[in-house]
Amino acid sequence: MNVHEYQGKEILRKYGVTTPRGIPCFSVEEAVAAAEELGGNVWVVKAQIHAGGRGKGGGVKVATSKELVREYADQILGMQLVTHQTGPEGKEVKRLYIEEGADIADELYVGALVDRETQKVVLMCSSEGGMDIETVAEETPEKIIKIYVDPSDGLDRAEAEDVCSKMGIPDEAVSEGADFLAGLYEAFVASDASLAEINPLVVTGDNRIIALDAKFNIDSNALYRQPEIVEYRDLDEEDANEIEASQWGLSYISLDGNIGCLVNGAGLAMATMDIIKLYGGEPANFLDVGGGANAEQVTEAFKIMLANPNVEGILVNIFGGIMQCDVIAEGIVTAANEVGMSVPLVVRLEGTNVAKGRKILDDSNVKLQTATTMADAAEKIAAAVKA
Amino acid sequence: MSILINKDTRVVTQGITGNTGEFHTTQCLDYAFGRDCFVAGVTPGKEGQDVQGVPVYNTVADAKAQQGVNASVIYVPPRFAAAAIDEAVDAELDLVICITEGIPVADMIKTRDRMRKMNSKTILVGPNCPGVITPDEIKIGIMPGYIHKKGNIGVVSRSGTLTYEAVHQLTQLGLGQSTCVGIGGDPVNGMKHIDVLKMFNDDPETEGVVMCGEIGGTDEEECAAWIKEHMTKPVAGFIAGVTAPPGKRMGHAGAIISGGQGTAQSKIDALQDAGVHVALNPSEMGSTLKAAMSS
Repeated sequence: MNVHEYQGKEILRKYGVTTPRGIPCFSVEEAVAAAEELGGNVWVVKAQIHAGGRGKGGGVKVATSKELVREYADQILGMQLVTHQTGPEGKEVKRLYIEEGADIADELYVGALVDRETQKVVLMCSSEGGMDIETVAEETPEKIIKIYVDPSDGLDRAEAEDVCSKMGIPDEAVSEGADFLAGLYEAFVASDASLAEINPLVVTGDNRIIALDAKFNIDSNALYRQPEIVEYRDLDEEDANEIEASQWGLSYISLDGNIGCLVNGAGLAMATMDIIKLYGGEPANFLDVGGGANAEQVTEAFKIMLANPNVEGILVNIFGGIMQCDVIAEGIVTAANEVGMSVPLVVRLEGTNVAKGRKILDDSNVKLQTATTMADAAEKIAAAVKA
Repeated sequence: MSILINKDTRVVTQGITGNTGEFHTTQCLDYAFGRDCFVAGVTPGKEGQDVQGVPVYNTVADAKAQQGVNASVIYVPPRFAAAAIDEAVDAELDLVICITEGIPVADMIKTRDRMRKMNSKTILVGPNCPGVITPDEIKIGIMPGYIHKKGNIGVVSRSGTLTYEAVHQLTQLGLGQSTCVGIGGDPVNGMKHIDVLKMFNDDPETEGVVMCGEIGGTDEEECAAWIKEHMTKPVAGFIAGVTAPPGKRMGHAGAIISGGQGTAQSKIDALQDAGVHVALNPSEMGSTLKAAMSS
């Protein structure tokens, strides 16, 4: 689950990490009032969407007067903000964050994530703040210093101070820098984060260390013990179909193509997308109905796929293990009758009770083609959609 | 021979009194030597009961003392599953297979760290995996037993139904399996591709291997590097997720391309470079291995 920048900063502050003062806002009037309340003479008006690259897209502006705060808030609120992470259609900005300006002397980078190889949390630290860390990793990998944190001992203070020095924090601020890293690590662990990225981390003119931006992803498997973070969920930032699917226990992801696919199992679902492409089609979604799907879930899955106006055909690929093909076949017939199948449908069943399942499909009044192998199925649906 | 499990393995089911635990234990009891192999269950507070004739104990240690179990399979709900692994590790079992999906990553980091620090000899498979099967001997997990056939091909995979697809193709081609290992779809887990490949390489009964990978992480790349140097048997591979968009979790918690790492292409390139016969078409996993065996 993703959270907004201002929410990430709320998490950070709980663990003693310094951030600029700021106030989230939902209207231009609130934005001006927020600037009023914060005081000072420089404010930053920041679009709050779940995507990076907001500054380059025109979603972050520095205002040197309250009139400019009003002007920028008016511009940004409601705009379709396009960044490298939003896709060409962009995302509508519905929230702003008004923050006090910071006196920036140096911009650094620190990101916390789980390193799958060592099975530890790693802090990636770099002197190259404000840049895409992937670019830094590719072009100047020597500028990234990694701290692998021992899960039971926690962050080593001496190592943290040493890395702060190496990443260019002035001597008099190294201790505060180590506090910052310790706070970030604590926030990461306490919030069950899978990613916590501070880009940039800023050294101010008076040698304070603050988090100018914050990006948090939270491990969905741990949300049951993170009630405060669940409150942060912003459904406006999520795909409506993905939300609908998750309520039915389906794992669904929208893609750009025109062939919907319904599969049991994540690996097989990806392989089905891949084989559609291999036979000249384009998958419209990833959809895993899980190990124990019933007729009701299959019906909902069809509804979600058919609600996508780009879908011109549907491929069902089920490998029945514990899930029996005849049960699935009945689900398909029920679902097809209930939703009214408006596009070509190809069904490939294999595994437990496959003969019974195929017979149910053959005997039904549903217009569909059956397929024996994945290749056969992909070929048939690609041809049906082209026809 | 086979790897990890055979008809002499003695298994305890942790979470045997839950619906999932009972259902799958029943299926496993009915497969090959299952009645000899599945000898105990554990659910705290339910000692003295029995499930399908299998006695239930309060702890894994009790089950080991009473029934001599050396392996466990876990169907415990996600929030308690890491503790269940810890308990099996403390009882010094040889093998723990965790089927449970949805364990918080932070819990698995602690459990794996604990295993390393105590120099545990226990091998962990999973979590979020279908289990392990040695055809015609023993099935530990949720895979459909009947699609398998005894033989000489090792199978290792991060996914469930995609493994069944691969196994089915092999069986259709008359290629039986020595052992099939589902290592699971989570980012922090026990055995990785490379660990299973090493065992298959050392197993005299395994003559070739099918490995199915998917986007996310760099396990397949590390495995490829090892294969290039050490593997003496033909390997066919398939990587799922060529069409998966970056930054999106594709069902499995571990199946995500992030920071430019973990793309299908990078894995395919690494495997091909290591001499693995990579099927680009998932319908051809079996036939690719067959061709590799005869080349």
